[in-house]
Amino acid sequence: MRSPLVPIIAFLVGIVILAGYFIPSPILVAIRTPMLDWAVILSGVAGLIAIFHLIFGVHGRRLRDPEKPHTFSFVVILVFILTAAIGLILTGINNPIYQKMITNIQMPIETSLMAVLAVTLAYASLRLLQRQRNWVGFVFFITVILFLVINSGIFSLFSDVPVLRGLVSSLSQAPLAGARGILIGVALGTLLTGIRILIGSDRPYNS
Amino acid sequence: MSNIEMTIGLILLIIITFTLLFLSLRQRRTGKSPAFRRIASISKLKRAVGLSVEEGSRVHVALGNASLTQPASSSAFVSLKTLREVGEMCSNSDNPPVASSGDGVLALLSQDTLHDVARQTHTLELFQPENGRLAGVTPLTNVIGALQTVNDPEVKTNVLIGNFGSEAGLLSTVSQEKGSLTIAASDSLTAQATFFATVEQPLIGEELFAVPAYLHSEPIQNASLKVQDLLRGLVVLTLLVGAILKLVGVL
Repeated sequence: MRSPLVPIIAFLVGIVILAGYFIPSPILVAIRTPMLDWAVILSGVAGLIAIFHLIFGVHGRRLRDPEKPHTFSFVVILVFILTAAIGLILTGINNPIYQKMITNIQMPIETSLMAVLAVTLAYASLRLLQRQRNWVGFVFFITVILFLVINSGIFSLFSDVPVLRGLVSSLSQAPLAGARGILIGVALGTLLTGIRILIGSDRPYNS
Repeated sequence: MSNIEMTIGLILLIIITFTLLFLSLRQRRTGKSPAFRRIASISKLKRAVGLSVEEGSRVHVALGNASLTQPASSSAFVSLKTLREVGEMCSNSDNPPVASSGDGVLALLSQDTLHDVARQTHTLELFQPENGRLAGVTPLTNVIGALQTVNDPEVKTNVLIGNFGSEAGLLSTVSQEKGSLTIAASDSLTAQATFFATVEQPLIGEELFAVPAYLHSEPIQNASLKVQDLLRGLVVLTLLVGAILKLVGVL
């Protein structure tokens, strides 16, 4: 049988944090603030453990496995060791030289990935009607084209025509209404998920 | 927020919690599950998991980038619950599911979830910590790391569930091009739009939160969906009444 201790601790901590949000009491703030600080520290430590696991667990194991390709794993481990060593030699991540080095490597890589993503998404959009052969797909496609045209600013040429100006202005608000509708649904789902975790029915941890 | 707004919020929270508990207990007592509308993607996922068990292929669950200390954590919790359900459904397979994530805590919790599923289904000999891995620490590196798993010949089903950005389009496109079944759901509007353009049947809006309940019917999950429906109706009614009152000049 599972121990009830962990869910009880989770419930009590959750209640204190939530009560601190609704009831502006100095005692609750005094309890809540260090708890949130601990959560952030624990989260940082967990991040470090996960990175070590990725480097030495996943990629290290792949290097030892003769049946799996080694090249990328070798590069990952090498770059990780180099980055960590340079960071330690230059005494920390706040060192401007270190920051410059990392940024100048990471930024071009991520930018080129974004470029690949832009091409991929443009291609996917062209194939949208092949994939979504229903009225929703058709409406989505037409909407994308319509709002691309509206946001291109081409209608600013006709800003002197009052009817057109009003129509474009009203149409520009339509995506906001749709987004709000989706966000309301997501917010309700988030609220219920939070309550389920608080009352201990959903446990993302083992006990 | 003012004190009145805080008090109203607190009262609503308490009412919602008790409604959830009441509906859950009532369902537990009567044993009747409520009927929900069919979601084609989730039915497909169930079938795909069954097939993967039969043919010995693997299911990949990409859990997104949400940190548990951020507001988007609810999608992370849903993705972990989905991982658990998929893990239990795959318990007869020689290849347990593999999970990738973009956050350290989420990666450790995914390992923990897979370990717990293995313990409960008496398949501990198949458990490998590498099956719950951190793919990368930024959204783009997470996607690049997860692409390795998507491209794994053993993986035939990809479930992208959690908090993503537009970069998830790379994952879904590669998965679709490879011919794998791709199920995608996110709480982010950008990711939903991306998935709509790249995946056959994406889950939109709050459908993300319905995945665990549809995969495994539990009283609390069903009650949660029921309360969500009630609240949605209430919000729609409030919006309509507000619009009418505004129209007639009362507000």
